[in-house]
Amino acid sequence: MLKVSVYRYNPETDKEPYMKDYQVDTQGKDLMVLDVLELLKETDPSLAIRRSCREGVCGSDGMNINGKNGLACVTPLSEAAPNGAPLVIRPLPGLPVVRDLVIDMTLFYKQYEKIKPYLINDTPAPAIERLQSPEERAHLDGLYECILCACCSTACPSFWWNPDRFIGPSGLLQAYRFLIDSRDTATEERLADLDDPFSVFRCHGIQACVAVCPKGLNPTKAIGHIRNMLLSRAA
Amino acid sequence: MSLRKITFDAVIVGGGGAGMRAALQLAQSGYKTAVITKVFPTRSHTVSAQGGITCAIGSNDPNDDWRWHMYDTVKGSDYIGDQDAIEYMCSVGPQAVFELDHMGMPFSRTEEGRIYQRPFGGQSKNFGEGGQAARTCAAADRTGHALLHTLYQGNLKANTVFLNEWFAVDIVKNDDGVVVGVIAICMETGETVFVESKATVFATGGAGRIYASTTNAHINTGDGIGMALRAGFPVQDIEMWQFHPTGIHGAGVLVTEGCRGEGGYLINKDGERFMERYAPNAKDLAGRDVVARSITLEILEGRGCGPNGDHVFLKMDHLGEDVLHSRLPGICELSITFAHTDPVKEPIPVIPTCHYMMGGIPTNVDGQALTVVDGKDQVIQGLFACGEVACVSVHGANRLGGNSLLDLIVFGRSTGLYIEKALRDGINYTTATDANIDTAMVRLNKLNASSEGGSVAELRKELQGIMQNQFGVFRRGDFMQDGIKKLADLRTRIENIHLDDKSDAFNTARFEALELQNLFEVAEATAITAEERKESRGAHARDDFQERDDENWLCHSMFYPVDKSVGKRAVNFSPKTVDTFQPKARVY
Repeated sequence: MLKVSVYRYNPETDKEPYMKDYQVDTQGKDLMVLDVLELLKETDPSLAIRRSCREGVCGSDGMNINGKNGLACVTPLSEAAPNGAPLVIRPLPGLPVVRDLVIDMTLFYKQYEKIKPYLINDTPAPAIERLQSPEERAHLDGLYECILCACCSTACPSFWWNPDRFIGPSGLLQAYRFLIDSRDTATEERLADLDDPFSVFRCHGIQACVAVCPKGLNPTKAIGHIRNMLLSRAA
Repeated sequence: MSLRKITFDAVIVGGGGAGMRAALQLAQSGYKTAVITKVFPTRSHTVSAQGGITCAIGSNDPNDDWRWHMYDTVKGSDYIGDQDAIEYMCSVGPQAVFELDHMGMPFSRTEEGRIYQRPFGGQSKNFGEGGQAARTCAAADRTGHALLHTLYQGNLKANTVFLNEWFAVDIVKNDDGVVVGVIAICMETGETVFVESKATVFATGGAGRIYASTTNAHINTGDGIGMALRAGFPVQDIEMWQFHPTGIHGAGVLVTEGCRGEGGYLINKDGERFMERYAPNAKDLAGRDVVARSITLEILEGRGCGPNGDHVFLKMDHLGEDVLHSRLPGICELSITFAHTDPVKEPIPVIPTCHYMMGGIPTNVDGQALTVVDGKDQVIQGLFACGEVACVSVHGANRLGGNSLLDLIVFGRSTGLYIEKALRDGINYTTATDANIDTAMVRLNKLNASSEGGSVAELRKELQGIMQNQFGVFRRGDFMQDGIKKLADLRTRIENIHLDDKSDAFNTARFEALELQNLFEVAEATAITAEERKESRGAHARDDFQERDDENWLCHSMFYPVDKSVGKRAVNFSPKTVDTFQPKARVY
């Protein structure tokens, strides 16, 4: 039996959040944390979580697992709580809790929308695709794979302080994905939008985002590139 | 009962590839459009598609021809795909794919700067005469992710209204039987609303969760099929379920056909490349139904791998680290996570796993939902469907790899285009009465009032077990009849689920109960229709009727929910610009 301690809060019935302990029979298997929560939900269906693909590509089940943000579906017990240690599950930190492990991601998505996360190219589209060399395309690797799970931004102290004004690591990773796309022509417009004391420059290079990204991406590096672009533009 | 009402010109239920492509078309047209989606759009199951989107864009081979793609698709469907719809998909496809590039989709590239294409199963040049084609456009092995995010981004640019984390419960019909919207619940607050619309588009995806072992996401619960059946509308070819040859053994997670496209192959416990015996020409790139059956036979005949002999291996180490890491990075990641195996060094344990629903709500190429009255097709006013929930039918009895993503964008687009025109011409209908809304609320009201009954988790397991054991890769009449009896018993219990937690805020227990009821509708329709189709065709393989029977079954099946009867509907053999592809023996 595995001891699982879960953050519970139902706004209709609870005055304040609390941790609830469960015993889950894992049959000694090295299950993924999501599988443990699904087992737990068989006995207590009132626990609210988000989940979809269960293979680490949809980004639904970001949560704080034994102190570290990650995706429940691709985090095995042996990594999260080795040697039978208790599993402690809390919602991603820094954003309001809707219920249990479900957080209100409005601010996170707003920051994403702010960076105009779509290709801008005002030249007439050709009859076929816009050509792009493998080298140009390679610039998008490590950027386009973001799944918007919010593990990074909710691990970022700068985002905790200014979630309304600092774009955060996830949004900035996507900002750079469009800045560096050879098919995009709005570089100047994009940089102008980011050129203020908060949007980019609140990043202090703590690299908590890099440490938690379940896809192994490096937002800090992308933010560095944006800083350089902003500084060259100002010079 | 009086519910708050919100009104749109068009409402799309489902925020995956098909729904967002339809939404994009409508949002660009300026009509008031909303997408109702039970998960944030980029969490939809399209995100899990890996290998690519098949389309004759002429990058790998400048002489490639959409007619060759059409031939492959007709053959792959085992001749019950509608040839007018397949013609439309394959010919419009290139334009729809180029639009994705123009929207910013990060396709992999060739040295010439064009979209990279890889070989996939069932592909040929020159109508099967010219050898293997490479026609599947790819963004590494994350094509679905790239496509879904690009479409979401396109919709943000077009200012589409998203009702994110809203759950559609049931169809509202007016006194004339016209579909005028849906009942939906805002998941965060629990508020139930009547979403009224002149055009209601179902893009709710598949229902692979009717099986115990599936590549499908938790959310693939056939909500659109459930709603349509409860409203009395038929579904077509619902017995046709694709088992993907390569799901990771034990986990069910998908391993793309692109692995075999890039040169990987299957081996049994003797290390034999056994597909050479079953499909001497196409080998590992035969149709998915053929490969899935071959694997199952290897296992049944004692040549499976592992201590229990219950899987085979997908070997890729000979491709080298560079190819694997550049072309199949996501697979390397998934294999290490879920099979504890690095494909660079060792083969991946795989097994056929439920993957795709070929059947669905019958539609025409404009996405209009159809029923059959006195042997003639009749449009269901107000209701549209596109993507996996629809059966237009381009996949027939077996879908080719890479054709699902093409289906999503081509028919999401065509549905949007048709509705745009229909709205411009003017759509008039009678507003729903309170009685109409009460009818649509019956199921939800019953669940909310429940004080006793079974639990969702137990009943779901029971359902998935019946489908897995009695309606799998190989099927047999007596087994299926037994399964149908078990399902009949299960229906009462699933209709009387007990919802213990009646709270409003993000109550996932309520949604899981509603989802299970949808799964049940899909499962029952599948079971009854599968038993009725007494032949083997495409993915429907019967031990007791092993041959294809063109005399009696070269047709669509239609399942009518009101009396649970199965009828037949003619397959379209009349493409507009090419000659008909006549049925012939299907060999690879």
